Amino acid sequence: MAWIDHLNNVQQLVLFSAIKILGVFAVTMTFIAYAVLAERKISAYIQDRVGPNRVALWGISKIPVIGPFLTKLGIWQPIVDGVKSFLKEDFTPAHVRKAYFWLAPAVIMIPALLVLAVIPFGSFLGNQKMVIADLNVGILYTFGIVSLGVYGIVLAGYASNSKYPFLGGIRSSAQMISYEIAMGMSVIPVFMMVGDLNLTQVINYQAHCWLIFKAPLSFVIFMVSAFAETNRLPFDLPESEQELVGGYHTEYSSMKFALFFMAEYANMIAASGMMVTLFFGGWTLPFFGLDQPAHTIGMGIAHIGIFLAKIIVLMGVFIWVRWMWPRFRYDQLMDLGWRRFVPLSLANLLATAVVLWLFSRH
Amino acid sequence: MEQSQIDQYIPVALLGLVAVLFAGGVLAASVIFGKLGKRGGIKETAYECGMLPIGEGNTRMSVKFYLVAMLFILFDIEVVFLYPWAVIYKDMLKHDANLIFGSMLSFLGILFVGYIYALKKDAFNWKQ
Repeated sequence: MAWIDHLNNVQQLVLFSAIKILGVFAVTMTFIAYAVLAERKISAYIQDRVGPNRVALWGISKIPVIGPFLTKLGIWQPIVDGVKSFLKEDFTPAHVRKAYFWLAPAVIMIPALLVLAVIPFGSFLGNQKMVIADLNVGILYTFGIVSLGVYGIVLAGYASNSKYPFLGGIRSSAQMISYEIAMGMSVIPVFMMVGDLNLTQVINYQAHCWLIFKAPLSFVIFMVSAFAETNRLPFDLPESEQELVGGYHTEYSSMKFALFFMAEYANMIAASGMMVTLFFGGWTLPFFGLDQPAHTIGMGIAHIGIFLAKIIVLMGVFIWVRWMWPRFRYDQLMDLGWRRFVPLSLANLLATAVVLWLFSRH
Repeated sequence: MEQSQIDQYIPVALLGLVAVLFAGGVLAASVIFGKLGKRGGIKETAYECGMLPIGEGNTRMSVKFYLVAMLFILFDIEVVFLYPWAVIYKDMLKHDANLIFGSMLSFLGILFVGYIYALKKDAFNWKQ
């Protein structure tokens, strides 16, 4: 590996970040595909159905026991779904505003992927930090990019030039910007305790005590807001199938629709990643010495595994909640955001400030 | 120092490039591989649950949504102002506790008055 040493710092940075980006990208895409499958399977079990259990791969399905079991698990379903989305007719209706109509799915997908940049998904592998960009502004970057997600939705609603998408887009944007305030305010106590916006520092701070125990109210507000931000039930007003057909993506088909769908799951993964980082100690685990940055490759891989496991648990919660709660009414949703969460997170902030002040006196 | 600050964003730019390429590639691939269907007729109309569309697509919307957007700008800027304060809060407590606590208390106080005003003006009331 002598040629790596010959590169200068910037070239090394580009090389290693390219590798990390490809890794994160591959893992995220796999996660998205199998989150969809998990959603379908879990919803099936909750509603006493069987879910996808038909797709079999030639060859593997011939293997006794394992083959039929994998088919029953629906493990090949995401692949077939993906191929199907590509092969469907890419239809642009005549009444839409074409340029924006084409732009919207891309505009919604790009921020969903960009958020992943600052989330530390492990400690070290060799001497490489396991985060794509260890920005010193950390969380500010996240909120900046998350805000961009609104543009895609507004654009899709406006470009479709049709009633349901328009209503869905308007509702969704109002909902997202409302909950962004509660979300932004809820995490301020966390940064008052940590004293740094950098997410790696946040994790180091949590080596001994996860922040969910120090700021439980922050976590509750953050989690509920995350549900609203990702347009998931019980806050899926923008999509609400029974009233608005499909919300802002009613007029979309084939892979353009799939991009909206993937963006929703990518947002869920990013939200889970943020929650794990901010409140559940990121890649740390408080025993076996796993709370300290790794020195060996094995430990580094273990840390990545721990991070992914925590994300899977939170994704499970996302999916579980979707099939357990009915939808809010729109005025209840806005009421909760503006009249409950904003004062509550303000009070939480002040309480944290006072407590920290009292502690600093001793 | 300045150079390393900018260097931090090289990976972000790379990720942005990958995201743009992915989104564009997927859109292009869907055109290339997608089946070509028949066009024309009822298929071209806006989807309204199978009925013929009534009126124009972009209907008038409630003025409430504009109000939410304006309030969002106000409060979001407040949140952004709170971040730098939150970061230095613990350090400042050691030597200048009254200043750091009092300054933010007054800032929040003024904003809270605005919030109460919006509340009393029924800006958050979606029932009527």
